[in-house]
Amino acid sequence: MGTTLLKIEGLTKAYPGVVANDGVGFEVGRGEVHALLGENGAGKSTLVKMIYGLVKPDSGTMTFNGAPYTPAEPRAARLSGVAMVFQHFSLFEALNVAENVALGMENPPPLRDLARRIREISAAYGLPLDPERLVGDLSAGERQRVEIIRCLLQDPKLLIMDEPTSVLTPQEVDILFHTLRKLSSEGTAILYISHKLEEIRSLCDGATILRGGKVVGSCVPREKTARELAEMMVGGEFTTTDRSGRALGATIFEVKALSLPSMSQFGPSLREVSLSLRAGEVLGIGGVAGNGQEELLATLSGEVPSAPGTVKLHGQDISDLGPNDRRRLGLQGAPEERLGHAAVPNMSLTDNALLTGTVRRPLTRKGFLDMTAARLFAEEIIQAFDVRTPGPHVAARALSGGNLQKFVIGREVLQAPEVLIVNQPTWGVDAAAAAAIRQALLDLAAKGAAVIVISQDLDELMEIADRFCALNEGRLSDPRPTEGLTIDEIGLMLGGAHGMAEAAQ
Amino acid sequence: MIRLVKRPVPSKAWSWATPLIAVLATMIAGGILFAALGKNPVEAIRVIFWDPLFGPNAGYFRGQLLVKAAPLILIASGLAVGFRAGIWNIGAEGQYIIGAICGAALALAVYPTESAWLFPAMVILGALGGFLWGLIPALLKVIFGTNEILVSLMLVYVAQNLLAYMAFGPLKNPEGYGFPGSRNLQQYASAHNPELIMGTGAHWGVVAALIAVIGAYILMHRHIAGFRIRVAGEAPRAARFAGVVPARLVVFCLGLSGALAGLAGLFEVSGPSGQITDSFNAGYGFTAIIVAFLGRLHPIGILLAGLLMALTYIGGDMAQLMLSLPSAAIQVFQGMLLFFLLGFDLLTNYRVRIGRARA
Repeated sequence: MGTTLLKIEGLTKAYPGVVANDGVGFEVGRGEVHALLGENGAGKSTLVKMIYGLVKPDSGTMTFNGAPYTPAEPRAARLSGVAMVFQHFSLFEALNVAENVALGMENPPPLRDLARRIREISAAYGLPLDPERLVGDLSAGERQRVEIIRCLLQDPKLLIMDEPTSVLTPQEVDILFHTLRKLSSEGTAILYISHKLEEIRSLCDGATILRGGKVVGSCVPREKTARELAEMMVGGEFTTTDRSGRALGATIFEVKALSLPSMSQFGPSLREVSLSLRAGEVLGIGGVAGNGQEELLATLSGEVPSAPGTVKLHGQDISDLGPNDRRRLGLQGAPEERLGHAAVPNMSLTDNALLTGTVRRPLTRKGFLDMTAARLFAEEIIQAFDVRTPGPHVAARALSGGNLQKFVIGREVLQAPEVLIVNQPTWGVDAAAAAAIRQALLDLAAKGAAVIVISQDLDELMEIADRFCALNEGRLSDPRPTEGLTIDEIGLMLGGAHGMAEAAQ
Repeated sequence: MIRLVKRPVPSKAWSWATPLIAVLATMIAGGILFAALGKNPVEAIRVIFWDPLFGPNAGYFRGQLLVKAAPLILIASGLAVGFRAGIWNIGAEGQYIIGAICGAALALAVYPTESAWLFPAMVILGALGGFLWGLIPALLKVIFGTNEILVSLMLVYVAQNLLAYMAFGPLKNPEGYGFPGSRNLQQYASAHNPELIMGTGAHWGVVAALIAVIGAYILMHRHIAGFRIRVAGEAPRAARFAGVVPARLVVFCLGLSGALAGLAGLFEVSGPSGQITDSFNAGYGFTAIIVAFLGRLHPIGILLAGLLMALTYIGGDMAQLMLSLPSAAIQVFQGMLLFFLLGFDLLTNYRVRIGRARA
């Protein structure tokens, strides 16, 4: 370490109406694992996009490896030795691993040579991966390894990783960290973006904290507690969620041997999913996205009907009822995708309040819309859930992810459901909003509702759920009480690390 | 350099201004086209847009305006409901033909019985014919997943051939001295769709068009069903989440637009046209697609757009007659209107920024 690899001074980038980065400066040493910490919208993504040549800064300088560094495009950045693994993978599911890697190269070698190199690197860095396999059959963790190996083939000096662990099981996180530490020991610097504080404490040598586009501090993460880091990120006191005041009642919701064929080519099918839920209870369903979460929500909310007798509410078979009939009986849902599924992007918040609100709220009269009532309902949601927006006339797409999510959750919670099913309730939501959403779910359970939270965020599930089960390749594990459950046990429930068998070969 | 920046919220002002800008741009570009053909552009535009309303023979043409506008508005009102839901009925022309054949066939079958029930029964049969013809692409889509755009369009050509067969065969006027075409319903009192107020051109089809506009407005903007239709067009997954059953929506939209197109055909064959001939259809079903978009898929907009489109039809005919402009030039002119409308539509969702690009 010691010498500086990347030095950034006074980097500024403004978009219409918002300064994404305002005079940002920090340094990354050779072989250093450096964390960029900040809430959503703090400017982390814009910053790394500038380093990777995707976005041009308005002003400021970058020095890389002792020379001025102004990448005009990602190709220039790669030539200088900067590589990046994005949060969203750019892979073709119908091609195999080697073909996908070849597609991203300027002058790909023959596939057989490439496959050999992939095997070499995969063995050297402990990243189990078979170059012959179809990407469509890979787990999220394995797909990420494809992206990492793609980067490592360029022999980078700086590797940027954007939220790499959000799609991984705990065991897969261990494998990844092992690889990153090895890279670091060989002198490759890593710029690590995350909001998972414990990970940063265990992995990173240094951290720069961003808030509102400005650097608000830097620290050695190991010397701080997670709470201190969170408070630096948020810039204030951090409230902990209150789980008290809940009493479990009778079993009100039951799912028995629910199977569903997959809805897309590489999507999983649900296999014999069973669960039961008592009034006042919060059930957490963990698992890496793409293991049937969307499918599960779709069948439980009524978008996709299931076989008779598979879904029961208060003992009544509701398997063939549509979403509105289920709402009438008190079962509400909130899908993962906010724009386009839980809300209509181009419609106003008032219209979006009508989307699911007409069944349990008097927003229509004999089928005719009562726009005043709808507007009042939207205003009530905005008020009660602190949705930051000029008013209910604003289109849903104009809201930030966190605010729209608060609106969506608020819309369902304020209809006083008896069973609420939410998928990834705090995905991409800033810490303060996420805490508010979690509290709202707990408060709802305290009033006697049964809540199912499907989430990739294990910390979140440990925080609010009474029982935990894992959804893996369309199968749901038996639930376990969250109290006393260790992260290793959870990892095993989630199916451990994918692809370890091949690595052993 | 010119850049486009997406607006956070679609601009209300622009969504109403773009049709007007599109009309102006059409006049300018059309003027250039007419000038290139060696005609006086100002005169051509005046003949098309001004003379039918305020020119020397305006009295006659004003009546024509409603006659031409009514089927356009009636058909476009139905199409717009489907378009809002993302269901593309391109075959209104065929549904219009079938509606006309069904209604006329009833009248011709019972000829010369006079009865007050005949005309209402024809109206119902006309709507039913269009409805069933529209149901074909709907059911094929729901059951086999076919593309409704292709199927509905292809069914236009089937309907046209059926029309020719009817005009030369079963529906041919037995007292027509061998000429193709049916009896003239204008001379059959019980089946005639007369001008209700002399000199205005207003027949029952105009009344139906007005009812359709009001009905469509109430459906789309005041009723939960219309709300769900709009959601389905904007975000299909959100619609399913809101309880919309896609198959039912397809049947409803294609059935409704088919029924309205069938009605338009019936009012035409029993009124202004009077008889089934092999050239009975005049392209209303296709022009109505333009009208629907020109009117922003909004019932009131469609009312205005239908009148404007009818005006360019009448004015276009006059320009052909008086300035001997080729009919293709008039069609290009009408096509420009849709082209500019869709082009300027960009401004509703995007802001134009002029300046150096900074990615």
